[in-house]
Amino acid sequence: MTSLLEIRDLAIDIKTATGWRPLVHSLSLSLNRSGALGLVGESGSGKSVSTRAVMRLAPEHSRVNGTVVYDGEDVNTMNRGRLREYRSRQVAMIHQDPRSHINPLRTVGDFLTEGVRHLPRGERRELAVSALADVGIPDGRRRMDQYPHQLSGGLLQRVMIAAAVMTGPKLLLADEPTTALDVTTQSEVMAVLGEAREQHELALLFITHDLELAAAVTDRLAVMYAGTIMEEGPTAAVSRAPQHPYTIGLLASQPNVRGARRERLTPIPGRPTAAHESGPGCPFAGRCLFAEDHCRTERPAPRLLGESLVRCHRAEDPEIRQAAARIQEES
Amino acid sequence: MTAIIQARKLTKRYESADLLAVDELSFDVHQGECLAVVGESGSGKSTAARMIAGLEAPTSGEVLVEGEARPPVPWPRARRRRLARQIQMVYQDPITSLDPLQTVQDTLGEILAFHDAEADRTARVNELLDRVGLGERYRARRPSDLSGGERQRVAIARALAVNPKILILDEAVSALDVSVQAQVLNLLADLRAELGLTYLFISHDLGVVRQVADRCLVMLGGRAVETADTEDLLSKPEHPYTKRLLEAVPGPGWRPARRQAAVA
Repeated sequence: MTSLLEIRDLAIDIKTATGWRPLVHSLSLSLNRSGALGLVGESGSGKSVSTRAVMRLAPEHSRVNGTVVYDGEDVNTMNRGRLREYRSRQVAMIHQDPRSHINPLRTVGDFLTEGVRHLPRGERRELAVSALADVGIPDGRRRMDQYPHQLSGGLLQRVMIAAAVMTGPKLLLADEPTTALDVTTQSEVMAVLGEAREQHELALLFITHDLELAAAVTDRLAVMYAGTIMEEGPTAAVSRAPQHPYTIGLLASQPNVRGARRERLTPIPGRPTAAHESGPGCPFAGRCLFAEDHCRTERPAPRLLGESLVRCHRAEDPEIRQAAARIQEES
Repeated sequence: MTAIIQARKLTKRYESADLLAVDELSFDVHQGECLAVVGESGSGKSTAARMIAGLEAPTSGEVLVEGEARPPVPWPRARRRRLARQIQMVYQDPITSLDPLQTVQDTLGEILAFHDAEADRTARVNELLDRVGLGERYRARRPSDLSGGERQRVAIARALAVNPKILILDEAVSALDVSVQAQVLNLLADLRAELGLTYLFISHDLGVVRQVADRCLVMLGGRAVETADTEDLLSKPEHPYTKRLLEAVPGPGWRPARRQAAVA
């Protein structure tokens, strides 16, 4: 399988009063055609800003280095016309809060048909109604004339998915699309998303803070901390046999609903830090239960361990392997 | 076991919206236990919590705390201090419940002064900060200088300042990153054990609830549909809605399921 999206050495810095501040550090990822890659991390880890870079959307006063290659073409060298075509036809994006990404004064129908204005009016409408039916909204004709405030959050997110696939993209970027939803609604929206992916052979880049949710809907997982990918590999390996202390820490912090109850959670000490707060060593060293002196001074490079790339000096250490095994036992 | 909170047929109807938010809800919270109220948005769990605290008057029904009817605010001046000492609340987002201009010292000192003018405030503030794992060096900080987890610790310290018997925690860990959430959950467990507190824990997150709660009450459409010991509820849910909630939680082997066409 050839990859649809290749991100190589992406670095994003933002200009502040005191100079350039890193947001994302040397990020490389690839996503196969119709594949699904989960990008997991806590707030401020840089997952959203990295995803926006796929669309060549950079934050204000920032500089972006590295390459984003889509279907063999460098996104950063696309001319204006090609970039517009790429953003509107090749890639689609859905967000955590659909309400802030839809015009409240226009109807659902207006929103849905916006991307297919080149078609005759009647055809546009038919296409939109059938797209709504595909995402589980059977009374599309009525919904087309409604306004966003008349729809619940879950329903509106389905409308977003319908709109996203209508222009026939190959890649869907989903940034915490179910975080604001109730858990039962989340399950349904994720199911709809799965069906849409299958039907349209969409590749998915799925951004979330929820490792278990990402594990359920992706085939590869990348775990980000402080603008850096700490561990990346097949979903089953990363989520069930994690090798990086940060991934292990995330799983140990998470209360179990199924399996054995954890008597007491093992939190990661301290608070999530940002990329610019990292010293010369491993960005996670300050919170890592296994850090040694050289972890604080020497930045680890990603190493291939098993099927995963792991950015840790000490990943093979028996102590760390034991911590990972404990989590597996409990789940 | 004695019931420290008794909710009796609590009902809240919002006439303007023609909404029955809470519908004849009755339950007991025992001395020293943690009862979780679980439900999705709109289930009435926060409205129920606010009625228990006295922040909202029920349309009908009543709340007894330590066997005595708890009046809604505004409280009569003479009883204000005592009522505040019974129950304190911690909310989801401390950035909206802490005054952005006040230092931690001011925030805590203000409440201490209101409740006990004689107290050695500096010593008490230090003691409170210690209790929540922050320490003296946080006294001069303002909410904007604090991380989300630190802010929530300050909110907990503020709730503890009046030595309450009961804490109502309304989605108190929901906005925190998972690594910090675990720290605060451990802190809450320690505080309950050390201070003999009773918790009413409002949450939509079954994993979090399992970690903190002895018993669980599941709400749907303003009613309690199931109440059980937490482990029983999770291992043998009885109500179809409880089953649905549990099935929707991602975990090993889980796949999202589409139940039916969208309705709402």
